[in-house]
Amino acid sequence: MPMPDFAWILRMAFRDFRKNISRLLLFVSSIVVGIAALVAISSFGENLTSDIDNQAKELLGADLVLENNKPIGDQPIDSMALNTASEVNFASMVAFPATGASRLTQVRALEGDFPFYGYLETIPASGDADFRAGGKKALVEKILMAQFDAQVGDIIKVGEVEFEIAGELQSVPGQTGITATVAPAVYIPMAYLEETGLVQYGSRVEYNRYFVFAENTDIDLLIEPFEDEWEIERIDADTVEDRKRSTGRSFENLSNFLSLVAFIALLLGCVGVASAVNVFVKEKLASVAVLRCLGVSSRDVLLIYLFEILVMGLFGAILGSILGTLLQFILPAVFADFLPVEVTVGISWLSVGFGVITGLFVSVLFALLPLLKVRNVSPMATLRPETADSRLMKDPSRWAVIAGILIFIWGFSYYLLGSAQLAFGFTGFVVFAFGILWGVGQLIMWAVRKFLPISLRYTVRQALSNLYRPNNQTISLIATIGLGTAMISTLFFLQNQLLEEAKFADKEDQPNLLMFDIQTPQLEAVKEKVTGRDLRILQEVPIVTMQLNEINGVDKRENEELPDDENYSRWMYNREYRVTYRDTLIDTETIAEGELIPVGARGDSIFVSLSASFAEGNNLKIGDEIEFNVQGRPIKTYIGSFRNVKFNQVSTNFIVLFPNGVLEQAPKFHVIITRTKNDRESAAIQSEVVREFPNISIVNLGVIVETLEDILNKISFVIQFMAFFSIATGILVLISSLIISKYQRMRESILLRTLGAGSGTVSKINTLEYFFLGSLASLSGIILSFAATWLLSAFVFDMNFRPAWGAGLMLYLAITGLTIVLGWLNGRKIINQPPMEILRGNG
Amino acid sequence: MNILSVKDLSKTYKSGSRSLTVLDQVNFDIQAGETISIVGPSGSGKTTLLGLCAGLDSASTGSVQLNGQALEKLSEDQRAAVRNQDVGFIFQNFQLLPTLTALENVMVPLELKKRKDARTKALELLEKVGLGDRATHYPTQLSGGEQQRVSIARAFANEPKILFADEPTGNLDTETGEMIEKLIFDLNKEKGTTLVLVTHDTELAGKTQRIIHIKGGKIQEDAHA
Repeated sequence: MPMPDFAWILRMAFRDFRKNISRLLLFVSSIVVGIAALVAISSFGENLTSDIDNQAKELLGADLVLENNKPIGDQPIDSMALNTASEVNFASMVAFPATGASRLTQVRALEGDFPFYGYLETIPASGDADFRAGGKKALVEKILMAQFDAQVGDIIKVGEVEFEIAGELQSVPGQTGITATVAPAVYIPMAYLEETGLVQYGSRVEYNRYFVFAENTDIDLLIEPFEDEWEIERIDADTVEDRKRSTGRSFENLSNFLSLVAFIALLLGCVGVASAVNVFVKEKLASVAVLRCLGVSSRDVLLIYLFEILVMGLFGAILGSILGTLLQFILPAVFADFLPVEVTVGISWLSVGFGVITGLFVSVLFALLPLLKVRNVSPMATLRPETADSRLMKDPSRWAVIAGILIFIWGFSYYLLGSAQLAFGFTGFVVFAFGILWGVGQLIMWAVRKFLPISLRYTVRQALSNLYRPNNQTISLIATIGLGTAMISTLFFLQNQLLEEAKFADKEDQPNLLMFDIQTPQLEAVKEKVTGRDLRILQEVPIVTMQLNEINGVDKRENEELPDDENYSRWMYNREYRVTYRDTLIDTETIAEGELIPVGARGDSIFVSLSASFAEGNNLKIGDEIEFNVQGRPIKTYIGSFRNVKFNQVSTNFIVLFPNGVLEQAPKFHVIITRTKNDRESAAIQSEVVREFPNISIVNLGVIVETLEDILNKISFVIQFMAFFSIATGILVLISSLIISKYQRMRESILLRTLGAGSGTVSKINTLEYFFLGSLASLSGIILSFAATWLLSAFVFDMNFRPAWGAGLMLYLAITGLTIVLGWLNGRKIINQPPMEILRGNG
Repeated sequence: MNILSVKDLSKTYKSGSRSLTVLDQVNFDIQAGETISIVGPSGSGKTTLLGLCAGLDSASTGSVQLNGQALEKLSEDQRAAVRNQDVGFIFQNFQLLPTLTALENVMVPLELKKRKDARTKALELLEKVGLGDRATHYPTQLSGGEQQRVSIARAFANEPKILFADEPTGNLDTETGEMIEKLIFDLNKEKGTTLVLVTHDTELAGKTQRIIHIKGGKIQEDAHA
């Protein structure tokens, strides 16, 4: 075959293009939103990475931080630093004496000028200076101030000491809004820490020492000689580079996840492109037959239309990239609660280029599938038009295009996820989700056709029949709108389900108040206070802290020498274990493997039980030998069983469970779990206990639900913002398909009105058609999301599935309503004009 | 000299286990410059015969020699090249490309032949069919008769050796139909093209030199006028 005459092909493409420009624009509009989302996220990620680089020192607030769970003594590098600061962190109740209210907070006792980079932002601005000027002053996180309606100048009580609030804390370097929600901070001067009486046995305390060195100091080189010693002491050293790496990594993960969500929106758009091009091609078949008849080769015909798609794809991609670049200006506000640095916004040419190339590529790739049809159009169709609609299924090239699409999805997700396996998983998920929606759509359509009662009113039957009209794109609309709906509603249902589950825990006889850090001498008094109010003690749990010396004879130092695939996690040796002892399971536990073995049952060996997920994550087996260090005394144990632990109740859950008869004499503290009748009773006992024993921390279910709700709202806002792109794409595909089918609808409308149907009847038929279309699409999505929520509830969150019928109904009404409104806007012109006017072409 | 030679031509369509023979062992030759009509009732196979003779479709058995080339030995794209070089078409429903102007529609066959004077030549042809002033109009802006005149100009543009016309007046009123018939025969005479007409219209058929009657896929009569 001779080389194609590109000049002529371009000329023909241009000639065809100028009459189809508005129609072709509709095709590419489907990808605009997806590309915009991709470019916005990618630009945001790029800018965030560079901001993390630029503000890395503010992330840490110092050049180096040493962390340990015991006091960090004098260090040799103290003398090398320009300045140092110390901080002691621990969770404790803070009381507001004016109202008698109290809440668990993160207390930070500070000494020195930390942060050395960045600053503690307070209201009033002088709050920080005032706090450091001396005296019993505190800085309190804004979320706490708001919750207790506290003012600067009010008094708070931390342990035994009362502090005056010097300022409302707005932001702390390196800390996100989410951290503040989970553990709101209260800063107090280190000088009064001891006086608070809060640091006692069992308190989970973290000691931080911050260092700042002369500019241009190579920190890694500086600390190298001390690292071995710190390792033994279990001191963790964190440099600016470390923090930059870990923060960068987590935001890269976040950015990649969001890009995947944007990619789903783009894929939905691609389905829109394929569907619209399919209609375009069907309309072009007659022209293709004429061109073939006049002697144009099948390859050249394909190239003419491909070139048109290429130009429009480029246009759509550029438009999407511009929109995406503009969109990223609002992203810092969307992600505000998750960002540890201030994000600058600006054009990222790398992201724009990435968006343009991706847009161009996907529009061609997905358009190619329907476009291949033009290769098989017989010139005989000029004489027999009914033979024009050649079957794509006959063309073997379609397999190459389908393979190309799958490779593209896999390749793109591999680029984002960095794992071939995950990319296969994602590709599988996409194929599955589309397949399911396609299947649901087909099934519903088949069922309507098969079981449509003839006795239905004419308008209803006609509207339902309209769904089958050729080129109606009903199935692709169900797939695109359905997937968008499914994404949004799954998130919505799941959020609802988690909250319901938390609230459901507040049922009869279920614990709802937990007191911890109770010292042994305080135990009886606390129990008396509880029982004195006619409350039952549901659990009384002794807790012993310990560390791990050896696993199967391998100690920490030997473990360091082992190759990566043979050693145990360093974290297992470094962490502190809070352990209880009993010979029975509690409600939230079940045995996964082995059995609980009491002391003496098998010689003098001690058998412990481990959480199954912990054991699985760390490659431990039944029978493995573990030596613990209990307050300096080694205790050799063997793994006797693994337990599955449910974390959906107010309860104490332990990674390691000892049998009775081993730890009774060890130093310990206690947890008491009870159930109060209402929030008022909870507040009263909380206030009474904290007043007398300020070191005891109390959590009630109300606070947990509140915090969970707050966090879920923040997360779901971000995810729903991303899912919005999918819905927007679905709507664009809907609008484009309505406009494409306008001519056909117009002809049907004329026919009906010529046959005597009034505008009311035509309008009713159209409205009903949109109602059915919207219903099918939204119901498919909602059904899919119910299934997804059920699967996630059963297999991931281990919860009972409670369908959110109300929320489902709201979504159904919203999406169906939107479809009807859009359809009505598209068709109102047809209905209001006399048939002759449209026939004459004035319509 | 034969411009078209049809030997033992058959066309059978298969639908499941059933097969339908539309053309059955058809034989005839057409001399260069001859005008010929193929007539017959609906479903007799005349359109199928036209499609096979013009290389628009491939036969089940038999052969078609068009200007010395055995069409059954050519691929679809090779047949397309033959159509562009040697064949012109006029259709009942005009078959103009709706996104091209009248002028551009006529230019297409010339451009495919890489003629540098495509525009001038196309304009000349439009003038000849009386549409010089409608050159920039799109098909939807033209009447049926005007569209068929553009179609005729396009058919003669590549100076085909043979012209196939399928019911060229079938969609037109009598007056316009007569005007189109005259145009086709005048241009045919002027260019010396072979003309193969498929029609129901016996009056139109009577204007050609030879009439082939076809019925049930077989030639019933092949008579010179």
